[in-house]
Amino acid sequence: MFELLAATPALPLDEAGKYVAGAYIVFVVLLVVYVGIMAAKLQRIERELRELAGFAESRANGEKAAAEPPEKVGA
Amino acid sequence: MNAFAAILGKDLRAELRTLQSLPAMTLFAVTTFVIFRFGLDRTSLSGSLASGVLWTTLLFAAVLGINRLFVAEREEGGFDAIRLAPIDRTALFAAKAAALVVYLLVLEAIAVVAFAFFFLDSAAALPPLLAVMLLADLGLAFAGTLISSMAVNSRARDLLVPLVLLPLVVPLMIAATGASEPLLAAGGPGYERFGTWLAVLALYDLIFGLLGYAVFDFLLED
Amino acid sequence: MYGKGLRPLSIATVAMLTLSLSLVFFYAPLDADQGFIQKIFYIHVPLAITALIGFVVGGVFAILHLRSGDSRWDAYSYVSIHMSVIFGVAVLITGGIWAKASWGHWWVWDEPTLVSFLIVFLLYATYYPFRYAIEDRDRQARYASVFAIAAGAFVPLNFMAVRMAESLVHPRTFGTANGGLPGEMMLTFLCCLTAIALLWVTLVKFELTAKSASGQVKRLRRALDAPAPGASSRIAPEVS
Repeated sequence: MFELLAATPALPLDEAGKYVAGAYIVFVVLLVVYVGIMAAKLQRIERELRELAGFAESRANGEKAAAEPPEKVGA
Repeated sequence: MNAFAAILGKDLRAELRTLQSLPAMTLFAVTTFVIFRFGLDRTSLSGSLASGVLWTTLLFAAVLGINRLFVAEREEGGFDAIRLAPIDRTALFAAKAAALVVYLLVLEAIAVVAFAFFFLDSAAALPPLLAVMLLADLGLAFAGTLISSMAVNSRARDLLVPLVLLPLVVPLMIAATGASEPLLAAGGPGYERFGTWLAVLALYDLIFGLLGYAVFDFLLED
Repeated sequence: MYGKGLRPLSIATVAMLTLSLSLVFFYAPLDADQGFIQKIFYIHVPLAITALIGFVVGGVFAILHLRSGDSRWDAYSYVSIHMSVIFGVAVLITGGIWAKASWGHWWVWDEPTLVSFLIVFLLYATYYPFRYAIEDRDRQARYASVFAIAAGAFVPLNFMAVRMAESLVHPRTFGTANGGLPGEMMLTFLCCLTAIALLWVTLVKFELTAKSASGQVKRLRRALDAPAPGASSRIAPEVS
């Protein structure tokens, strides 16, 4: 295993290295951009669920209040 | 009289009466040739340049006709009529494709003669070119009818056909120009790979013909 | 349940990617002709193969959609094509970088595989405006399936035609792509291909899960009679 590593040249930072690095960087960047877009979608889903949960809770409370004998409320 | 013949006859008669597509297609082609004369700054063409100018122009002229292929059906309820009639719906596909082939042949009869007149030294290439055109027209008709039948029910009708059809017919164009280039060579028609290119055209026709036949029913569902 | 199996899939993908990248830079030998530049082959070609198979898979899902009428297949078809288009962008950019490194130009017309891929990409890029132009949801799904099937049939035909058109005098290919690959390179390549294919499947599943979650939120909203939010996508099929 170490012989293998010893035999391979260190990453040549000449012209060729830049292009190879560029290609792999493009791949990584696209992947990360995609993850970012999905993260935004997830945020939106979370926000909507929070909103819906609040809505459902307030409705449940409202029903509970209506089921109890109504208190005297001002005109 | 079977459905295919009925629809085809109706279309051809309507076109003959109203002349809504053919004159436009033909004039467009001839004018485009003139534009190419000035755009390329050449008075005679041969080989790949001739092949390219000819096929590009024919393709764009064809798109004009393809755009209008189903307009009558859409505006006058032809689609509903086909749905209700107890016939094989693929008859509509076959009939429309056949009508388109006829329009393209008429277009080519005039445009190719004009092309030869404008740019070619001899008409020797025209007969073998006819074989190429027949096969290419068939492929263009199958793909064009398929796309047109979908585009007619959409919003950006006139944009959708050129948008989707152009990449779809690239293999067809590659084969057509590949066969035509040696035919239009300066020294006289050559037949390099002529058979191979015709085979590619035939393959394209087969695939898109079968495809259209297989899926057209689904396109007509409401 | 779309999210099921997403975790093991992601773990497998990460493991495979790590292994593959390690093989590329520490194990695979240097190419005699192209030198270090050849390493781009290990990311570019697997991306291309995966994208193309993805397009064909999108076509297969489309056939299933037309035959069953179940809109879930349309969602699978859409996401498959969508993911392959994104991978396609990566293919074209890495292809350009490879071309620039090999021949000094960002684009070359006589590399038949790259040109074929461009044409396929251009066709599938029209999938979005095509869907957008059809307003009725059911019809949009049906027409999109027809498109996906036609485009799927188009892919092999296109590659054949472009390859034939290439000048026989001066064919340029990305070297090692076709000729016999030495054992170590083949192993590395296959690992990379597996990794990228796994990545594609994982991301497709990920996207479907997100769509499903959105679909459930909408369903909840309807059940609660809550007020509707702003616009939702006109083209991405709903999953519920």
